[in-house]
Amino acid sequence: MAILSTLVFAVAAGWAISSSPGWPRVRSSFFDLPTVAESFPAILAGLWLNIRVLVVAEVLILVLGLGIAALRTLRGPVWFPVRALATGYVDLFRGLPLIICLYLVGFGLPGLRLTGVPNDPVVLGGIALVLVYAAYVAEVFRAGIESVHPSQRAAARSIGLTHAQTMRIVVLPQAVRRVLPPLLNDFVALQKDCGLISVLGAVDAVRAAQIAAAKDFNFTPYVVAGLLFVVLAVPCARLADAAARRLARREGAA
Amino acid sequence: MTAVLQVRNLVKRYGEHTVLDGVDIEVAEHEVVVLIGASGSGKSTLLRCVNLQEDLDDGQILLDGTDISDPRMNADVARRKMGVVFQAFNLFPHLSVVDNVTLAPRVVHGMDAAAARERALALLARVGLQDKASAYPDRLSGGQQQRVAIVRALAYEPRLLLLDEITSALDPELVGEVLTLVRSLAEAGRTILMATHEMGFARQVADRVCFLDGGVLVESGPPDQVLADPVEDRTRQFLRRVIAAGRL
Repeated sequence: MAILSTLVFAVAAGWAISSSPGWPRVRSSFFDLPTVAESFPAILAGLWLNIRVLVVAEVLILVLGLGIAALRTLRGPVWFPVRALATGYVDLFRGLPLIICLYLVGFGLPGLRLTGVPNDPVVLGGIALVLVYAAYVAEVFRAGIESVHPSQRAAARSIGLTHAQTMRIVVLPQAVRRVLPPLLNDFVALQKDCGLISVLGAVDAVRAAQIAAAKDFNFTPYVVAGLLFVVLAVPCARLADAAARRLARREGAA
Repeated sequence: MTAVLQVRNLVKRYGEHTVLDGVDIEVAEHEVVVLIGASGSGKSTLLRCVNLQEDLDDGQILLDGTDISDPRMNADVARRKMGVVFQAFNLFPHLSVVDNVTLAPRVVHGMDAAAARERALALLARVGLQDKASAYPDRLSGGQQQRVAIVRALAYEPRLLLLDEITSALDPELVGEVLTLVRSLAEAGRTILMATHEMGFARQVADRVCFLDGGVLVESGPPDQVLADPVEDRTRQFLRRVIAAGRL
């Protein structure tokens, strides 16, 4: 029944689009099969760059985000400057549009002409992604940390654990488990935002599509790149669903 | 011989509200001291202060003659000599029963993992929970969880046990198993400071009963005297209310 209704819906939608007056032109400039075949290898090679950036950036984002979240949860007046700094970081990079951060880091940082500053657009783009996403991920971690009941902390301290041991052994394992679904969600968002490093000139999937599209004014390569990103995101989205379901079951049992 | 615990002139305020107003209490080795009093009388706050989970506004806490409330002292080191059992068990839900018990011996006291596990299993067997060792806390009844919490607090041989209304969150039919365990600890000579609403139990196990009211230690003495023939008016009024509620 579900399959049948889906099919009916798909046919209806397909008919509606293909009967529109502009359809022949759209088809030839967005869904041109020869162009697909021609541009596919370059776009796939570009996507491989996106994937590598994604993996490295995600690792750095998790580390940086967790560090900032831990700093924001420090208590006591002594830690005020550290807390303020971490809060300032989150405020700044959560508010800053990613594209502007990319421009500032990608063109501003090498412009300083300091020795040791990289000028590879891939590295610079990666840095910008890490800066912005770490701010989001830090907030996710912080929410997780604060969702662990204070009595857990009290119990951990009562058996003699230090603050650091309490965080590492008692609070964080519970916090991370709870925020796994939103973390995966941010990961999916990062996946596609990796395509934005193309604005710095890195030849990733989006840039490769742009080059192919410019060759004969056909937008089909963009569709190819877009679909590849979607294909990349689907397993992650399902994983996020599964993680959320598992969590719901666990919380229900407790 | 100096007492295991000496609380001197303890004052604790939350803002304008004075929760503990100059409390003095001593607990000698092998002694069981029971704190009684209405909710809000300061029993739990007193226990938290002894465990250095609160900043004191005045007074001192001495453990084996050492002033552990001195800010220069390392509070983590002092806490390692005390075991705390909470009203709501507070087991670590992401760790199995045996991992809950071995955590402090392994991480804090540097005990070898295998030895810690063996000791934990022996302790769990003593409270009849050896078959629950690899279970997670959410699979256990309240009474079982609280017995695990007691074992966790005993696992590193603390000098002093602090029990904070440990039966208050239990279903009535599960109170017995926990109290039986506490009684056996008292008989084994553990040094215990506990807060409770179980007056009958206090009468059986206590060497001394302390009645707190409004953050002041009103009366203290042997259970038969304080619970049956109190000197102070306020104690008598409290006990009348307890009897009216059918709790004695």
